[in-house]
Amino acid sequence: MTWDLEIKPRNRFFDLRYRELWAYRDLILLFVKRDFTAQYKQTLLGPLWHILQPLITTLMYTFIFGNFARIPTDGSPGPVFYLSGIIIWYFFAGCFSNTSNTFLSNAGIFGKIYFPRLAVPVSVVISNAVRFFIQLGIFLAIAAYYIYRGDISPGTTVALLPLLLIIMALMGMGAGLLVSSLTTKYRDLSFFLAFGLQLWMYLTPIIYPASLWGEYRWILDLNPMTAIVETFRNGFLGTGQVSYLNLGYSAVFSLVIFFLGTAIFNKVERTFMDTV
Amino acid sequence: MSDLVIKVDAVSKLYKLGVITSGTIREDIRLWWKSRIKGNDSWKRELKEEDYLWALKDISFEVRRGEVLGIIGKNGAGKSTLLKIMSRVTSPTSGSIKIKGRAASLLEVGTGFHPELTGRENIFLNGAILGMSKAEIRSKLDEIIEFSGVSRFIDTPVKRYSSGMYVRLAFAVAAHLEPDILIVDEVLAVGDMEFQKKCLGKMKDVSGQGRTVLFVSHNMAIMKSLCTRGILLEKGRIKVNGSIHETIDEYFSENKEVAKTGIIPDDFYRPYGTGEARFKVAYVINQGQEKTNELRFNERFRIKMELQALQDIKGALLSVQLKNGVHETVVFSSDYRSKFTTVDFCKGNHLVEVDFNTCLMPGRYLLTANLSFFNSGSVIDTAQNVFEFTVSNLAEPGKGDYLWGTVHGYVHADTNWVYKNLN
Repeated sequence: MTWDLEIKPRNRFFDLRYRELWAYRDLILLFVKRDFTAQYKQTLLGPLWHILQPLITTLMYTFIFGNFARIPTDGSPGPVFYLSGIIIWYFFAGCFSNTSNTFLSNAGIFGKIYFPRLAVPVSVVISNAVRFFIQLGIFLAIAAYYIYRGDISPGTTVALLPLLLIIMALMGMGAGLLVSSLTTKYRDLSFFLAFGLQLWMYLTPIIYPASLWGEYRWILDLNPMTAIVETFRNGFLGTGQVSYLNLGYSAVFSLVIFFLGTAIFNKVERTFMDTV
Repeated sequence: MSDLVIKVDAVSKLYKLGVITSGTIREDIRLWWKSRIKGNDSWKRELKEEDYLWALKDISFEVRRGEVLGIIGKNGAGKSTLLKIMSRVTSPTSGSIKIKGRAASLLEVGTGFHPELTGRENIFLNGAILGMSKAEIRSKLDEIIEFSGVSRFIDTPVKRYSSGMYVRLAFAVAAHLEPDILIVDEVLAVGDMEFQKKCLGKMKDVSGQGRTVLFVSHNMAIMKSLCTRGILLEKGRIKVNGSIHETIDEYFSENKEVAKTGIIPDDFYRPYGTGEARFKVAYVINQGQEKTNELRFNERFRIKMELQALQDIKGALLSVQLKNGVHETVVFSSDYRSKFTTVDFCKGNHLVEVDFNTCLMPGRYLLTANLSFFNSGSVIDTAQNVFEFTVSNLAEPGKGDYLWGTVHGYVHADTNWVYKNLN
């Protein structure tokens, strides 16, 4: 006699259940759609905020860090330099912080019905990817202007963009899953996360070029996000260099954190309703 | 055996009570460190046996295709935990559950509804959460909107809905799920009467189509009409696993000893009462002044009560209720109606007899007696379900028996019939 489903005390330690996740693809897409429609309901400018947010930040950065503090930009024009860093960081930080409250903000639903819990973080990553591409469009439009003026010269490493996105998605989601699993027990982590992410951003060459660190550059390279931002800028702005060693390090780092995050998420998922 | 669709095998669930962890990393590390230094024992000693609760213990049962299984039990008996485990919301501590076919659970209606989205958008979202595919929802969309009765507002955000509309839309989605196994928790207790009827009809349809339903409710009348089988849970264990009638009967007659004799011990469970007096005895006597658990049809009866007043009581009111097999009060009588006055009791024991002028229809009845202050309305003592008796189809010799299988109502009213030929 064959059974379709067996409910047992514990899962295998690492079990992603891709097939089940695939069966719920409609739900994942609806979550994405919900995020977009619900986020800007009853706002004046609506989805325009996706574009305005990075633009306004870029303006501020250009003024404060560029014109006022006079932090160098590796020779690129301020607006494209900052905007490139901002949209990259937004994508990563979005994946990370939105995933990190998976359990706490969905406790109501999770307590009432079963669906593969990973559907939520996966939809978060997709939402952030969609937002990233919208912002990338703006970035390309502005970059086109500077290319036309001859201020920047994109290189072939632009082709690495999909790889960069995958690494960031895995890393952001993995770290987010890790934090979300731990916040079911330790609420203090969610307070820490906001500061942690901000600190991480300042340790990533977003508002300054990696070259600024000079001989201490190796410290900056320990940050797996450094190679990503540098590669992205190398591709679109033609600044700095691509270190495949550092990029490989980022890739390995993201895989490790992703598997660790998923494994712990899977473990917590089974019993977390008893603790919240 | 091939039509077995659910097999629950020795399922147990252990909950830790109180604070799960200290809640801060620092404290946990300290405890962990302490346990490392002093050995494993001290770590364990911090969690005592009282800190654990077996919400379910060794639950095993099977369900066949097409059965409607009602799960009955008091609050805290483990019903919800069982449903949660079966819906995979939480996992068992030990044991296993095997399920054949697609199972869907409704522990709540409207799970995942987003207030900012329109009714239509929420149908899709909620449907997908319940496990329907987009295509499936699209094909049933018109039906769902029609069933919900909120078609005029379907493109309005649900945050502007009244709570009734909200629930109706939510149930409409759930009602159009077509799983092989449906797990339902008390969701019918929503909406107005008309809508409840609609929901019940839908539930009956579902079971009529050969689907299997697991159902939890406190409404025994609904349980009786819907379920084919029942399970009674008590303190996390299965007490009865049998027909729904058997299960409900058992659920209501946990105080069998008291219900048989009508003698109420001092430690009898009294949910409320100020306690100036207490009922000692309450039972039914027949015309021969004998205590009886079985009355005949058309037989006059009395209720006899003894109560002990612990102090002088002034301005009291006595009343009795008779409940039917599913605990609905069907007969009520109080002293006030007959005398338009209240009664005083001096300290000591008192005997009260209530003579009924009416006769009861065949069936099973439970007696409840109440004593309260007339003015304040506060209850002095209540003796709930302290005596159980049946009324049989057979009448006393020389009077007519009740000949029909179906019984309508509970009281055979004392009436005069007048006939005239109009030709």
